[in-house]
Amino acid sequence: MPDFVLYALVAGIGVAVVMGATGVFVVWRRMAYFGDTLAHSALLGVAIGFLLGINVNIGIVGVCLTIAIGMVYLRSQRHLAEDTLLGILAHSSLALGLVSVSFVSALRIDLMTYLFGDILAVTPADIGWVYGGGTVALGALAWLWKDLVAITVHEDLARTEGVNVLRTQIAFMTLFALVIAMAMKIVGILLVTALLIIPAAAARRFSRTPEQMAVFAAIAGSLAVALGLQGSLLWDLPSGPAIVVAAALIYVISLTLPARRAA
Amino acid sequence: MRMPDGGPVQGEILVRGDGIGVRHGRRTILHDVDIQVCRGEIVTLIGPNGSGKTTLVRALLELEKPETGTVERKAGLRTGYTPQSLTIDRTLPLNVRRFLEMSGETVSDVLSVMLASVGAPNLMNQEMRLLSGGEQKRVLLARALLRDPDLLVLDEPTANVDIHGQMEFYDLIRRIRDERHCGILLVSHDLHLVMSATDRVICLNGHVCCSGLPGDVSTDPAYLELFGEAASAVAVYAHDHDHHHA
Repeated sequence: MPDFVLYALVAGIGVAVVMGATGVFVVWRRMAYFGDTLAHSALLGVAIGFLLGINVNIGIVGVCLTIAIGMVYLRSQRHLAEDTLLGILAHSSLALGLVSVSFVSALRIDLMTYLFGDILAVTPADIGWVYGGGTVALGALAWLWKDLVAITVHEDLARTEGVNVLRTQIAFMTLFALVIAMAMKIVGILLVTALLIIPAAAARRFSRTPEQMAVFAAIAGSLAVALGLQGSLLWDLPSGPAIVVAAALIYVISLTLPARRAA
Repeated sequence: MRMPDGGPVQGEILVRGDGIGVRHGRRTILHDVDIQVCRGEIVTLIGPNGSGKTTLVRALLELEKPETGTVERKAGLRTGYTPQSLTIDRTLPLNVRRFLEMSGETVSDVLSVMLASVGAPNLMNQEMRLLSGGEQKRVLLARALLRDPDLLVLDEPTANVDIHGQMEFYDLIRRIRDERHCGILLVSHDLHLVMSATDRVICLNGHVCCSGLPGDVSTDPAYLELFGEAASAVAVYAHDHDHHHA
């Protein structure tokens, strides 16, 4: 196996595991559109990273976090319906990102890479970022897990039982921003949400507990990365989209398998 | 000796709201509401939809901060709460055992005994989202009781429960009060059952219309005005949502 394929596989699986485990909350909490919004804003983070001469990943996390916290604030004001608010943020931040990117000449060539990812261009340094960031993300997720499940089931109930809802939500947003920054290189801005929700959806019918669903989603995501890469190499497909197509196929196949029944 | 609002003196005060006012945007939900719940009594909040019952409960539970007035809770007060409704996303696999464990109690025998005591002994391994309305209420009650609360707050615990189930539920609530000697704050729509199962009734419509012993409230002009014919009919009631008191 050539090095670049190995790097792609190792990085891809690392990202898929983190995204699968995070993605179950995106599905349970109906945050798919929110994920899209953060992903779209990531391009602005790329541009800011370049313009300020700082690490692009830091730019992405910074912008995603700003948008996420802005979203929590705007939602609490109840001026507009949530999907309208997300639509405004998603598209204006993507447009602002595209406009800003045009100021950075080096980025013009790379635009497709950011929009659709380029897993085959992964370097060992990227792998370091994926596994470093991924370990932090999974650690944070494990730490937040109980409280997150509790507020997903019922926010007020969790709060009366002593869960700090706002702190948990902000921590999850931060985690979410980190995951998106990690995943962008692999599947690109436009397809990031797919790797959050499709493996989780595929895992649902075989899971009896929230934890099982997270583990199965991580496995389904990893499988999608392996299959997508394989297809990409065999038939010269664009790798990011190939991975998402593989994930969609896994989901469709999952529908045909018998579901596990509760004991 | 009686309290100013007519209820008998009970144990210590668990929670007390003074002059509570809440606004959502420009709409005034509550104004100048005084309320207290003592240990060992069952207090019921009644009132039409939109009268602020749930908002008041949320304020007393410190889930929502009132704009005016104060909420004082006994130091170290443990509260158990059953929300009006619980919608678990279809994609979240969660059985009753897992749901109950969220209370912090994870010993299997304790969970089983508690589930049996609320009349739902066979539900332990059921999926939460497959429970009927009545089963869900019992499981919610079990989770609230697992916290061994001083104050139990039940928001419409018998909505979506048939009339027989409602009577059983009120018996259960009385038994809980007798056995645990906790205070219970109940939000309800079931006028007649409430009247027979409650120590004190507070009739709410943005403000306290009237309050006191069930027998006194049921003849109070403000109560009769608020609930009209329903005050004397058993099942369904119709009432005027937009009435005003001077």
